[in-house]
Amino acid sequence: MSIEVVSGNHAAGYALSVAGEANRGARGASCGIYPITPQTEIVEYVASFPFHKSRVVPVESEHSAMAVSIGASLAGARAFTASSSNGIAYMVENIMVAGYYRLPIVMVAVNRTLGPPWNIWADQGDTLMLRDFPWIQFYCESNQEVLDTTLLAFRLAEDHRILLPALVAMDAFIVSHTQAETVLPDQPTVDRYLPELDLPHRLRHEDPKTLGGLVWPEVAMSLRQEIDEAMGRVDEVLAECRTAFVDVFDRDPGGAVETLGTEDAEIVIIASSSIATTVREIVKQRRRAGEKIGLVKIKMFRPFPEQALREACRTARKVAILDRNYAAGVGGVFWQETKAAFQGHRDDLLVQNYLTGLCGGDVTPAMVEEIIADVIARSAETKPVWMATQ
Amino acid sequence: MPTLEGVPPIPCTEECLLRPGNTNCGGCGMGVGLTMLGRALAEAGDTCTLAIPACCGIVTAGAFPTTSYGVPTVATTFASAAAVAAGIATIRDLNEERGQVICWAGDGGTYDIGIATLSAAAERNENIIYICYDNEIYGNTGGQRSSATPPGARTTTTPGGKSEDKKDIMAIMAAHQIPYAATLSIAHPEDFARKLRTAFSISGTRFLLMHSPCPTGWKSEPADSVELVRLAVASGLFSLYEVWNGRAWRINVEPDWTDPMEYFKRQRRFRDGEIDLQATERASRDRFQRLEVLAREFPYKTKEG
Repeated sequence: MSIEVVSGNHAAGYALSVAGEANRGARGASCGIYPITPQTEIVEYVASFPFHKSRVVPVESEHSAMAVSIGASLAGARAFTASSSNGIAYMVENIMVAGYYRLPIVMVAVNRTLGPPWNIWADQGDTLMLRDFPWIQFYCESNQEVLDTTLLAFRLAEDHRILLPALVAMDAFIVSHTQAETVLPDQPTVDRYLPELDLPHRLRHEDPKTLGGLVWPEVAMSLRQEIDEAMGRVDEVLAECRTAFVDVFDRDPGGAVETLGTEDAEIVIIASSSIATTVREIVKQRRRAGEKIGLVKIKMFRPFPEQALREACRTARKVAILDRNYAAGVGGVFWQETKAAFQGHRDDLLVQNYLTGLCGGDVTPAMVEEIIADVIARSAETKPVWMATQ
Repeated sequence: MPTLEGVPPIPCTEECLLRPGNTNCGGCGMGVGLTMLGRALAEAGDTCTLAIPACCGIVTAGAFPTTSYGVPTVATTFASAAAVAAGIATIRDLNEERGQVICWAGDGGTYDIGIATLSAAAERNENIIYICYDNEIYGNTGGQRSSATPPGARTTTTPGGKSEDKKDIMAIMAAHQIPYAATLSIAHPEDFARKLRTAFSISGTRFLLMHSPCPTGWKSEPADSVELVRLAVASGLFSLYEVWNGRAWRINVEPDWTDPMEYFKRQRRFRDGEIDLQATERASRDRFQRLEVLAREFPYKTKEG
């Protein structure tokens, strides 16, 4: 173990690499890689890592990056990649395939605005576009959380009760390029946490199967239902993976949601990724002043932690949801999902959406204060409020 | 009855590559090609994993829970066969396992949507065999033009006959300087089998282009399939040759310049007045002449000399 000052990208590249290396005693590791700002440093890190049983394949597109990882995973190897923004959009078809093939591929995504216009800064629209695919999704706020969650994601994804790919996202530049003290666990410790991958449906000559051929409606639908059942087991398996992580690394990687002050909060702010960091400081200050206010950070977006959210907002009267993303014609994606989670359970709750920091805009403490004042003064919900940076 | 020049059918066992009872149309060249591939693998004591993009080749498998394929097979997205195969081959090689990794793709997945992926795999010299069964049409979707469709051919998207020439995919692949590129015809089964054996014996990217009759798309009689591709070779419309490393050429069959009308008139995708016969013959001779120059100036030399 060492503590180093590294960027979020470095933390992600390190985690992907040591996870791949941890499978050297089994069928090895591989990944297709392709550059795109601001994740390029991740694939550069992976490309220079001294693996013992791995091949990094520098391909011609994101679409093929995921395709190579799919092939490697089908052959039983630990597979991963990283991408961002329009790269994810270009990769979408194979991202979907990785999910429906139940391949435990881990992808680190650096959330960047989808173009046009050309904008390289933070916005979650790229990965939230994947919301209906069978991928587990995590949104991280710090370098350490990116590293820890990436390692955890492999263990969770590869568990035979799950067998779904997992995505670990961080905000462009705010996390990806900010250097911070990060614990980098050594290889033997990672080896202890990540068991060798045993993919039950890998391609085998001794038991030839055809994957992806024609399947009639009833059976095909049952495959979708199996995904739903696997998604339903994520909470339980995530809890186990989290406990094991604490045992091995002596550090809590966090769960599906993280709460602060929600035991008595009347006002709850819901945020994700690096916005949660800013909100947390303000909530702490206000609680010290005696206000009944709380924070819920949604870390796991898929499966959506409905139960945990309802529990966290048990005492709340009003909820403000900050979204750094926008679903055209509707509003924030986290807001839509949260509204749906409360529907029929907490119809008394005022749930207001604030669109903040889209396309990389700063979400300042002053803006968060403004949002808190707005939600406190409210007597009714309105359409999502666009918060300008100026 | 067309015969495969006396080549007996392979015994069908659980292990054979293409099992009986598959869904291919009568007279499908792809089915014959798959059978020959299975036979060549069995003779070489080899096996394979198939990566098949969207095309008739994956429909061939039939419906779950049965499959016509006796080897591990994965359906890839349309453009991804070469990249998925590269991933599979990577892990095979890391684990020092036997068995070829073979892409089995139509012309749409090769000449059109998959060409960037194929080009990149070839540039990286991925350790895969890529076989394109070229029926000169998007057959699985009912017969639309591809960049492999020959000039004059009617398709559902070229109702008056295609006006552009067929893309020279072999020249493109040879330009990648891959270890081996060769053309195949089911009317020349011994040449076909020998080229498969050659491909099995080499590592790196190997590209094989098979002229694949499609009675459904070509509007021809199923029983004419083998004869049609024989005529294509004889009339110089499709040449049988091999290219090593993009640097050495060898022609395998000399055309006897049979009148190409013999080929055209037995397919209702070609109509009178929609084929420029003179231009076609000129193009065929010109193409073959260039091949002859390459084979003469840059000949493939066997160890025997």
